[in-house]
Amino acid sequence: MRDTPLSNCERRFLLKAIEEKKRLDGRQTYDYRNIKISFGTDYGCCIVELGRTRVLGQVSCELVPPKDSRPTEGIMFFNLELSPMASPAFEPNRQSELLVMLNRQLERCLRNSKCIDTESLCVVSGEKVWQIRVDVHVLNHDGNLMDAASIAAISALSHFRRPDVAIQGRDITVFSPEERDPIPLSIYHMPICVSFAFFLQGSYLLVDPCEREERVKDGLLVIAMNKHREICSIQSSGGIMLLKDQVLRCSKIASVKVSEITELINKALENDRKIRKEGGKFGFAESMPKERITTLKRDEAPVEMTDVKETANEIVNRTETPTEAVSSPVLVAMGTAQVGEGIVNSWGLDEDEEDEPQTEDTKTGSVDCEHTIYLKSTKPCKQK
Amino acid sequence: MDTVHACFEEKIGEVLLPGDVFSFRLPESGDGSIKTGPGLRRNGEEVQVYKSGILRHKQPNMYWIDSQQRRVRVLDSHHVIGIVTAKSGDIFKVDVGGSEQASLSYLAFEGATKRNRPNVQVGDLVYGQFTIANKDMEPKLVCIDSCGRANGMGVFGADGLLFKLSLGLMRRLLAPQSEIAKDLEKIFPFELVVGMNGRVWSCENMTSQQRQTLFKRVAEGSL
Repeated sequence: MRDTPLSNCERRFLLKAIEEKKRLDGRQTYDYRNIKISFGTDYGCCIVELGRTRVLGQVSCELVPPKDSRPTEGIMFFNLELSPMASPAFEPNRQSELLVMLNRQLERCLRNSKCIDTESLCVVSGEKVWQIRVDVHVLNHDGNLMDAASIAAISALSHFRRPDVAIQGRDITVFSPEERDPIPLSIYHMPICVSFAFFLQGSYLLVDPCEREERVKDGLLVIAMNKHREICSIQSSGGIMLLKDQVLRCSKIASVKVSEITELINKALENDRKIRKEGGKFGFAESMPKERITTLKRDEAPVEMTDVKETANEIVNRTETPTEAVSSPVLVAMGTAQVGEGIVNSWGLDEDEEDEPQTEDTKTGSVDCEHTIYLKSTKPCKQK
Repeated sequence: MDTVHACFEEKIGEVLLPGDVFSFRLPESGDGSIKTGPGLRRNGEEVQVYKSGILRHKQPNMYWIDSQQRRVRVLDSHHVIGIVTAKSGDIFKVDVGGSEQASLSYLAFEGATKRNRPNVQVGDLVYGQFTIANKDMEPKLVCIDSCGRANGMGVFGADGLLFKLSLGLMRRLLAPQSEIAKDLEKIFPFELVVGMNGRVWSCENMTSQQRQTLFKRVAEGSL
């Protein structure tokens, strides 16, 4: 399937808006969209929502023989997939440029930065090591997949627990989660990617571009950093020329953003840990808001009552006194009385003129005797 | 009095569910025919409802069900906004939001001849009308009406923004006495093009001064 093409007028509009420092969703130049991190029931499963972009990260482990060149180190394997449900432009089994770029950036960000201690993953040197596999699936594409994918990957790795092992000589016993508590991975630091999109030959930049903005961008700069202000990787694509101070400015902005995001991840991990310890319910089903309308339950809304008396008195003094209402009923016919004036009747059927002497009749000439309504005294009086 | 209309009249403005049935008998005079719109289906002597919604009526004898749906159903002679994606030989390929791209011949513009080609580039917006729009054939757009006049159709949109709307809102905008359009007119002058495929293009010619004052008013909530 093809994605909706971007029309020329949209492109012009977006670029003109960027020149005036305005974005389509009302954000400022350096603002991120709302980030929401939720964990699943299994350890190592995490969904990150960056605005409308949704990414799922899943970590799993397996005991395998190590690589020959590194017999004492565990193996890390990263895989990112663009699901066709994310965007009509993604087709299954197609190696697009975007996919290759995202995979390589994710690998560089997590593997080369040595954020995970691979030596601790060794079980029996030269024979058995843990292979940690991180799978990232893109569920919805609304721009800035790289950031969301890196947040999902590092949150899933921090959340993951691997089974405990005991070694006796050459025998390895792997304990199930029921026998012994699983152990978290040893993570040194959390590298997070921050994307900067450049427009109009590098004169304007935006942080966290959404999908429309990504389509009109000239170039992209991705900086992977951790909260200790260490740059893990920088990648610039699109072939635009950047000045030195532009890159330095971006790295300063990135450090601020990364510290905010790291705090968010830690808070989410802490919440999840607390809920699991207390025995409460955890998982995706709990983190999605339930949209229910119940008629029996009503939320009590607090109402500000401090100056109600004064405001009410003011209103009463200001308004004119209402006209005297006629209160005595007028007897129209046997068993029928009328209080006050009636309004135009909106019923479709013709009615007998007797019943409504005050109100105008909708069809004056075509009263059909078969459709007359007679009001009997047992029925309640018509009151308007 | 027509028993046909009586049955329907009771239910105008009421919510109907699929499966509701009206039975009618065509009167002998012959002018008691009914036109059924979307949501109603004739089944022999009966008219069945197959979509849930509110029954609407338009004089003299048109009835249809007003329902909410997200899938755009475009028929012949619907006006839509399309984006030109490719120029190949004599025709333009236009994306109208469907699974197939529509074809628009370059001769289907007002005043276009073989020598005098219209000035249409890839990525331009066109407002056109369908001549073929069924599920078995490639859809075909034209930008002239049956007399050969443009009638508002053609390439447009040098400025402004194209965005998508829900179908219900789009129908309310296109209604003859649309209150939404009237309210918007009072606030600021603008041009609006509404396509039946849920796309809307809008443009306003205001100086940035006027725009700033308008934003201030909106921020104060005085609108």
